[in-house]
Amino acid sequence: MISVEWCPDLEVTHDGLTTESQSARPAAAESAAVRDAELIRRILGGKRELFHELVRPYEKAVYYATFSILQNQQDAEDAAQETVLKALKNLHSFRAESKFSTWLISIAVNEARARLRHDRVLKFESVDQSQAEEDGSFTPAVITDWREVPLQALERKELREQLQKAIASLPEIYREVLLLRDVEEFNIAETAAALGVREGVVKTRLLRARLMMQKILAPQLQSKKSGLFGLFRSKAGGSWF
Amino acid sequence: MVLNCKHVWAQISDYIEGDVAPELREAIEEHLAHCRHCAAVLDSTRNILILIADDRTFELPVGYSDRLHARLQEEIGSSEQLE
Repeated sequence: MISVEWCPDLEVTHDGLTTESQSARPAAAESAAVRDAELIRRILGGKRELFHELVRPYEKAVYYATFSILQNQQDAEDAAQETVLKALKNLHSFRAESKFSTWLISIAVNEARARLRHDRVLKFESVDQSQAEEDGSFTPAVITDWREVPLQALERKELREQLQKAIASLPEIYREVLLLRDVEEFNIAETAAALGVREGVVKTRLLRARLMMQKILAPQLQSKKSGLFGLFRSKAGGSWF
Repeated sequence: MVLNCKHVWAQISDYIEGDVAPELREAIEEHLAHCRHCAAVLDSTRNILILIADDRTFELPVGYSDRLHARLQEEIGSSEQLE
């Protein structure tokens, strides 16, 4: 999650979706926007120290954005630092019609892409190529049933590594949307704005990314049930499986 | 509206987002009620998304925030000296 201000009051709906209460997210987003606008006004007025406070809620999102592209901790951190410095330098050009967080993440994406171009042969596909990749259907792992893996299972390093490896294995255009939408919980419009693509493209990529994750992970996680079961018998009374 | 499995897979992401029209949602749920495969695909996909959204799945490098703000402070400090 980006910050407490951005995504409060997560709750689980009747069908198990993690979502925000209907009124909380807009109110929180508005509150964050007001806070950001006030900070920006004061920073541009000379209180540059306040820039620390402005970026702090989004620094994690900046890192994930650069890491999603660069796939290397050191490179991602360097790009994240450069992103923040560029944002400071160019804050006067920020226009309030977009969110500060979206603007900041778009700088992060551009910074990471520029480094990738510099470091190795450009592997980003043209718009036409990416459209072609997104055409056609995609098949998930067809399983007969699913027993939920509870969040407490994340105490296991093995599970965390499986999830990280699965995301790392996705082609870049899918990894980007998955990290911004499903890890950082940007909404579709914000993800589209940060990546500089249309919302329809985000939705298409998100479908592919999510089904790819399911295809990679569902068989692995199903086969691990006996191991996870041991964990939850001890931690949750065995009620999960 | 009658959907087959491929139709449902194509809508799973939007369904999870809550971004499908009521009629389509009803058709998807009708299919899910009778198709254990698609129900398992939906449940597993949703479960995996909840797992990856958890803060424990992706941790920042140790000291990332401190280094970021130290670098930022250098920049702020140096520009203030110039003014």
